[in-house]
Amino acid sequence: MPEILGEFLEDLPHNTEFLLLGFSPGSLPIQQRWRNNGLSADFLADYMTTFFPGESRAKLADIKNTVSYIANELLENAMKYSAGDCHKPISIGLHLFDDRFVFLSSNPVAQASVDRLENYIKELLTSDPYELYIQKLEANSENETNTHSGLGYLTMINDYHATLGWRFRRYDDQPTIVEVSTMVQVSL
Amino acid sequence: MDNQEMLEVKDEDYRVWHDTNNRVVFCEGSLRLGGAEEYAPITQILEQSIAHPPIELTLDLMGLEFLNSSGINMLSKFVIKARQKAGVKITVKGSEAIPWQGKSLKNLQRLMPSLVLEIS
Repeated sequence: MPEILGEFLEDLPHNTEFLLLGFSPGSLPIQQRWRNNGLSADFLADYMTTFFPGESRAKLADIKNTVSYIANELLENAMKYSAGDCHKPISIGLHLFDDRFVFLSSNPVAQASVDRLENYIKELLTSDPYELYIQKLEANSENETNTHSGLGYLTMINDYHATLGWRFRRYDDQPTIVEVSTMVQVSL
Repeated sequence: MDNQEMLEVKDEDYRVWHDTNNRVVFCEGSLRLGGAEEYAPITQILEQSIAHPPIELTLDLMGLEFLNSSGINMLSKFVIKARQKAGVKITVKGSEAIPWQGKSLKNLQRLMPSLVLEIS
């Protein structure tokens, strides 16, 4: 049974506009593919503006910024935390509904990292997100060697009013690896 | 130790530089570096800019189209450092035309209540 945390829609309807990008994590070292995150995020953002004809420039800029920011954060996480050498793909999808965008990213994560992620998500879901954000910033400022800021999800919630959910699903053929899917919903 | 101050870092996507005469640090382009280590040269420019207080520094972000969460972390760390030093005043200039700035920069004021935020 997959485990769900937060708000996660198991069956996304397919009768909407959507775009799905896939990446093979083993094919290029992360440093060399880092730039791809921004290019992919900007592409998703530009592509989606097509579906808002007649909107003001300010509204279009807002839509582009929101899609680009969230997609970039999801891709950065997926690239940073994916288990290497397991030959499982990384993907990001963006679905457009009448009233919202739904982002869905999936990537393979090693069990040890899954435990850490789950603890963080549980903290996120039971805290006041703004207070937790400020607390993390203050804590990060005292930790020079911290490589993971832990701010991506919190900025999505606080600054973009996003709703987040996660699904953890074990692969049948590789029991030490878990497919982590992250869903981000943003109202239009 | 008086090393040559690093006044500029850039690559094809961004440029950060310190105009020492006018006490302004400019950030331009898109910053999506991978984490604190990759942001270290920019952190260094920012920290040098407030190394000798009293100082009134302007952080001009009007050309910064994109900043990822690691970059937000870097700016927040800098603002906390500035808060901890006596005699440092900071004004952050942003652009209304760049949506992330209206959404995310106000959080810097929470970290440093004396920080002046001008979004125009």
